[in-house]
Amino acid sequence: MKEIKMNNVLLQVINLVTCFPLEKTKLFQKTPFLCAVNGVSFDLKKGETLGLVGESGCGKTTTGRSILRLVEPTAGQILFEDEDVSVLTGQDMRAFRRSAQMVFQDPFASLNPRMTVGDIVEEPLLIHGLHRNRAERKDLVASVLKKVGLEPDYMKRFPHEFSGGQRQRIGIARVLTLNPKLVVADEPVSALDVSIQAQIINLMVRLQEEFNISYLFISHDLAVVEHISHRVAIMYLGKIVEIAPAENIYAKPAHPYTKALLSAIPVPDPRSRIKGMVLRGDIPNPADPPSGCTFRTRCPIAEDVCSREVPEMREIGPDHLAACHALQPAGAE
Amino acid sequence: MDRTNNSEPILKLEDLSTHFAVPEGIARAVEHLSYHVFEGETLGVVGESGCGKSVAALSILRLIPIPPGRIASGKILFMGQNLLELPMKKMRKIRGDQISMVFQDPMTSFNPVFTIGYQLSKVFTLHQKLSRKEAVKRSVDMLEACEIPSPERIMKVYPHQLSGGMRQRVMIAMALGCNPTVLIADEPTTALDVTIQAEILDLILRLKKKFGMAMILITHDLGIIANSAQRVVVMYAGEKVEEADVLSLFEKPGHPYTIALMKSLPHLGKTKKFLNEIEGVVPPPFRVIQGCKFAERCPEAMERCRKERPRLRSIEKGHMVACHL
Repeated sequence: MKEIKMNNVLLQVINLVTCFPLEKTKLFQKTPFLCAVNGVSFDLKKGETLGLVGESGCGKTTTGRSILRLVEPTAGQILFEDEDVSVLTGQDMRAFRRSAQMVFQDPFASLNPRMTVGDIVEEPLLIHGLHRNRAERKDLVASVLKKVGLEPDYMKRFPHEFSGGQRQRIGIARVLTLNPKLVVADEPVSALDVSIQAQIINLMVRLQEEFNISYLFISHDLAVVEHISHRVAIMYLGKIVEIAPAENIYAKPAHPYTKALLSAIPVPDPRSRIKGMVLRGDIPNPADPPSGCTFRTRCPIAEDVCSREVPEMREIGPDHLAACHALQPAGAE
Repeated sequence: MDRTNNSEPILKLEDLSTHFAVPEGIARAVEHLSYHVFEGETLGVVGESGCGKSVAALSILRLIPIPPGRIASGKILFMGQNLLELPMKKMRKIRGDQISMVFQDPMTSFNPVFTIGYQLSKVFTLHQKLSRKEAVKRSVDMLEACEIPSPERIMKVYPHQLSGGMRQRVMIAMALGCNPTVLIADEPTTALDVTIQAEILDLILRLKKKFGMAMILITHDLGIIANSAQRVVVMYAGEKVEEADVLSLFEKPGHPYTIALMKSLPHLGKTKKFLNEIEGVVPPPFRVIQGCKFAERCPEAMERCRKERPRLRSIEKGHMVACHL
């Protein structure tokens, strides 16, 4: 069914589960768990961008962090170039970290205010013991800064001297020094203004072409994700509910949640004001998710079966999977 | 459109300048800003962070800390009287009663140590001199009007026990409690998820219609503007660069900044490899700029733009642009 050319797949996530223990509320209670990521599977090809979209608390950030093992996954497999990341230790782990990097959301909090830009961008090289020659390192830092659109003489300045957009460029430069294969970008543009947002997105697209980087692009903004991604995965309460090529998500959304998400986005055109499908109610508490399909409490087309059975991801079109009982699988009439 | 028998705007800013003393000199957060809103109208104010849209709104309610802030010039006319000249005691009566505000962050704008009921009923005991009992009853009614499930229970909870969307609903209930004539909504949905945002916007617009208020909707999101506003003011670096009817703004944007802003947005369903970017950054507010503030980022800047500040001129009825082009 799924044609995966093994040599082309960089990252494969199979049934990833990440749970966090909660505080006990009763004396002899079993420790309750909150499963922020509850059975997520996808794969990412070389040079591809997979967008991960969802509302706050849906587990998209935890997914990104689990893949880099910044939080330990509870179950599931993460195969990076066919090697299981979740069992790596020591040297192997360092090697993995070198080729899988992260860009953070808040460019104000993710740069050490006491280090100069040069030191920040150089630090990964020192940690990984690359380019032991000092002059060589400086040259590399300068060239990387130029790549992200910053002047090499900014090296001696401190992060507070820069605007949000420039700081995000520094964050990207820091990642680039290691020449990674995978970059997990967690809401890299959501702290930025629209005009700056476009600059950073274009930069990321350009870098991807030049270095053949794969991005896992995490964001709550469907318009941004649709723009930058080749494929888009929609997450709801710890699960992927739909995954499809970017153009299909907009043209042929299948899952009711995707449809609701699309219709909720205010389109910058006064002639097409929001109409129809406004979702009612809040996202359920992820520590106590609804039975069956987790979306059923807000779903406009929920039926009996939705509260009993968890819908499986099914192929409903070429390269297009969705988890909903109301959808007919591809081929079945 | 909704401007029948009201020739006089209900709230009018005239030549407002708000400055702040900062270590680098004087930050001109708002400079010579004029806008107005008619009864029952929704005016959208759009701009990027630091463009002065929130400072202007806070100036209306006189919530600017003085010092370091200073209203350097201008008038704020509300139903004919200049708010800037009112004694604080009278101002306090207007605030929350005739002009009220919904803030961006529903978490930090409530007091965490008092229950929702306590904070909400305060509005009524203070402004309408209701007894505690009546105030509680009115609060429950308001929560109900804002479509909050089981309002009696919500009255007894603390702000942290509510979700962001619920908190914003309570905030709206609080703002609308005294049936204000003008509601200022400062990024009311920015902290919320898209699906919740759609719900809250829908609620605000319905209540606005029901209570017949005028609204100033401040946001950075052109999508929200397109969906809710009737007239729009576009701000850049403390100044108004364009003002127009929502339709003519989106169909025939006049200012290069507005045009660039619209082009830099990713559009759903329209795939392009690169977005149009606006080069450079917003100039810091303390830098003294002689010419047009957008000139250094403007693709069409001429010699004249760098020397001479463009004045607002009308390009068609109700559509004004501050640009030499």
